Amino acid sequence: MGGAEILVRARGLTKRFGDFHAVVGIDFSISRGEAFGFLGPNGAGKSSTMRMIGCVSPPTSGELTILGLNPVTDGPAIRARLGVVPQENTLDLELTVRENLLVYGRYFGLPRAVIRERSAMLLDFVQLSDRAGDQVEPLSGGMKRRLVIARSLINEPDILLLDEPTTGLDPQARHIVWDRLFRLKQRGVTLILTTHYMDEAEQLCDRLVVMDGGRIAAEGSPRALIQRYSTPEVLELRFDPGDHEQAAEKLRGLPAERLEVLADRVLIYITNGDEALAAVRGLGLEPLTSLVRRSTLEDVFLQLTGRHLDD
Amino acid sequence: MTAQATRTAPAAAPGRGGARWSFAVREFRFWLTDYRRTWRGSVISSVLGPLLYLGALGAGLGSLVNRHAGGTLGVSYLTFIAPGMLAATAMQTAFGEALYPVLGSVKWVQNYFAAVASPLRPADVFRGHLLFVVLRLTMNCGVFLALIAAFGATRSPLAIASLPVAVLTGLAFAPALMAWAVTRTRDTSFSVLMRFVMVPLFLFSGTFFPVTRLPGWLQPVAYVSPLWHGVELCRTLSLGTTDLGGAAVHAAYLLALAAAGYAAALRTYARRLHE
Repeated sequence: MGGAEILVRARGLTKRFGDFHAVVGIDFSISRGEAFGFLGPNGAGKSSTMRMIGCVSPPTSGELTILGLNPVTDGPAIRARLGVVPQENTLDLELTVRENLLVYGRYFGLPRAVIRERSAMLLDFVQLSDRAGDQVEPLSGGMKRRLVIARSLINEPDILLLDEPTTGLDPQARHIVWDRLFRLKQRGVTLILTTHYMDEAEQLCDRLVVMDGGRIAAEGSPRALIQRYSTPEVLELRFDPGDHEQAAEKLRGLPAERLEVLADRVLIYITNGDEALAAVRGLGLEPLTSLVRRSTLEDVFLQLTGRHLDD
Repeated sequence: MTAQATRTAPAAAPGRGGARWSFAVREFRFWLTDYRRTWRGSVISSVLGPLLYLGALGAGLGSLVNRHAGGTLGVSYLTFIAPGMLAATAMQTAFGEALYPVLGSVKWVQNYFAAVASPLRPADVFRGHLLFVVLRLTMNCGVFLALIAAFGATRSPLAIASLPVAVLTGLAFAPALMAWAVTRTRDTSFSVLMRFVMVPLFLFSGTFFPVTRLPGWLQPVAYVSPLWHGVELCRTLSLGTTDLGGAAVHAAYLLALAAAGYAAALRTYARRLHE
């Protein structure tokens, strides 16, 4: 990523609402063509950061440069080159699919002919061409989300901001959205997204920061973060609720790198899960279920904060 | 030209301070597109409403008043109330256009938030929406004035000037109401405002009877009412009895309220849309 042009740079970026510290002095920079993620639970400060990048929320303090410009004084010029997929769709449900694109394109001062041409292409891209003349209201959640993505691309933005792009969608709809975003990434569009889904972050992000309590807890590629903060494998064990505590106590004797005792499961962080399972049986313990899996960003988050992403 | 200068002035960006109304027009066009859905119903009610009022009060109640008022009004009751109701129509339009549509724009449709994700600033969003309110005021008051003229309830060609005055009366309310509505998260207070502010103003601002008929202690309240200033101005224009000094005071009062509301709205819109 060495010499790539830096599109967004933040130093000591801070956002306060009264006494509430939403974002506390964070540093990051995002290069052209990158897919960059803010991963963290609700209230971690992801959306506040996103709104500052979107130039709709002035920073309380710190530096923020977007496309070489200052968001406080050059907001309109920056926003002209951003595409925004906000957390809530902000579609006009009573207008048609095509009218929503027309209205939005006009906000950017685009001529009607240009909007019409781009709308046709974008609706094709998000697979909504056959619904172009339909009212938005009855569309499914996934279709509405795809329409918002099409809308965000109407001004051919340099940077696409996606705030929780698939929250509230069913698994199939999520996969369609991911597929479209992946295609945009392949075309070299710079993506900045927030998510509290570790699978979304792993699928889409080249690089991400893990946020918690308004601060950045760690930064890196998904793979690097997993390597640094977790073990290659995780052994998940479930015991009869009555034996849970006692079993967990015995497991502390295992030569594992780390042991997490959750309310319903025990997680054993280790290099080789199958060997660990054999060792567990060697201790005379018989779990109700056992699962050997690879570490994920969820494990990274748990290690960094002691909590789950969806808490 | 330096690289910095070219970067800070891309084609789609506004001149700072300069071309701000071109951005407002983009927001205005959203409201036009939105209005295309509902214009038929709104035009029908803007004609039917006045017809019902003018018929019931002007012709019905008027025949009674004309027989018993002993000429104290100097003109027929219809001619007396018509310009007052014109101003009142402006006030009602302002309440109708400046409360629910504004709250809906931040809460239900959220079109304001869609707009500020684009180059538009909160001030552009406010100005564009206000332009649409001006259009609605002009439409409703224009229809009303045309109906009054058709009923033969104007006495002077100056009556045509009561259209901009009625719009100004609406503007004494609309920006202030928008400034307040954009800060709301629920609509519960709207009906209270309509019931305890709009309706009393409607009834006691000289629309239906001269405020000199109010008890003495209540008369100063009427003089504070923006609607009373609008009613007085519309009525004297319609009857051809305008005196310049009085008209200037009424217009200045309405303009001052409009300007104060405008300034307040610029602040509240910025606070709500750029948190």
